[in-house]
Amino acid sequence: MSLRYLKGVATLKLDAARCTGCGMCVNVCPHAVFRLENRKAIITDADLCMECGACALNCPVQAITVKKGTGCATAVRNGFLHGTEPDCGCGEDSGC
Amino acid sequence: MSMNGNENQFTTVTGTLNTSAGQIPSTSAEYKSADRLAAWKARWGIHRAAWLIKPGLYALGAPSAASPVFATANYKLSFDNLRRNLKGIDSWILVLNTKGINVWCAAGKGTFGTLELVRSIMETGLEKLLEHKSIILPQLGAPGVAAHRVKAYTGFSVTYGPVRAEDIPEFMRLGNKTSPEMREVRFGFFDRIILAPVEFVQFGKYILPAALILYLLGLKADAVLAAGALLAGSVLVPAFLPRLPGRSFALKGAAAGFSVVAALSPLLDFDLYQFCARTLIYIPIASFIGLEFTGSSTYTSLSGVKKEMRIAMPAQALALLTGLLMLAFRRLL
Repeated sequence: MSLRYLKGVATLKLDAARCTGCGMCVNVCPHAVFRLENRKAIITDADLCMECGACALNCPVQAITVKKGTGCATAVRNGFLHGTEPDCGCGEDSGC
Repeated sequence: MSMNGNENQFTTVTGTLNTSAGQIPSTSAEYKSADRLAAWKARWGIHRAAWLIKPGLYALGAPSAASPVFATANYKLSFDNLRRNLKGIDSWILVLNTKGINVWCAAGKGTFGTLELVRSIMETGLEKLLEHKSIILPQLGAPGVAAHRVKAYTGFSVTYGPVRAEDIPEFMRLGNKTSPEMREVRFGFFDRIILAPVEFVQFGKYILPAALILYLLGLKADAVLAAGALLAGSVLVPAFLPRLPGRSFALKGAAAGFSVVAALSPLLDFDLYQFCARTLIYIPIASFIGLEFTGSSTYTSLSGVKKEMRIAMPAQALALLTGLLMLAFRRLL
């Protein structure tokens, strides 16, 4: 399956100098964005990133940064209307 | 916990197990028709908030101090999906309090998170019960849990299991390791179409009454088109997602909307002017609903959604307004 979202928008960054090659990012990424090469993680294709933030949160040496969020139009609209960060309002009776 | 009081029909708690950490409720891998019905209801949004599982520790089968521990959310669909895939695996299930939200959404919000996991491990006395200090989390819990922090706070090491619970037996056979296939989130036809009811209900509750009013006002064609736009955005977008043009969901929704308006046009007694006006009104509605599907998709990023909304929202509003003005203008002539 080759479902891909918009090109060149993901905020994912990897600092190779900090990376210890533990492979946690490879383990947690749901879209196979990372690969280990010569004992370091590399980003194979940042356009596959959905900014879930799992890699950055689980990186023990803070080598990864990403502006974590949910790619959800309802959340963006709620955030815009209430002047807050995007909030999907998941809870009670919502769809997600 | 269930509001409609028929909790006993479900296979949530089947008995209790006496352990060194006290009495632990036990559950089973059996999946009954009542569980299936509950899942179906939850997908259609019926009593959705009622499908909560009591947080805490559960025993499945006859677990010992050496048995594995699997963590999940206190949403019935998440809990059931885990236990039914643990057939023949004596294990402990640790249910975190995610307020009835599934693992992935809860991890995104942080309720399936480091602190809740740490609190759960400590409160349930897991340490006293086990001879090992490891816990298996669904991979989709990772956006909320920092494995190295859990280790630092509790001494428990977190292993991320497969995305799909059905891969757990294979994961265990590989020595608690995931393969690349197990780690990848899919969004195939079936994954998408089961989300259609939620989308349909969410927008149908506004659009279907509106269509009825249009019908009663004698605007039968518009009633049909409104229902068609709802169908395009909530059903055709999920069903044909990879085939609809572009990467933008607003564009995919617009394309689905155009297809429906075009398909219905032979049935409607419109001249070109009226056809254009209706196109401008109903395509943005389908586009709007299509854009909402980003929230249910498994691959859209916040940055991407923001980018497409900046363009799509004004375009949708402008098209709708133009269409309505065209119709009003013609009335006036």
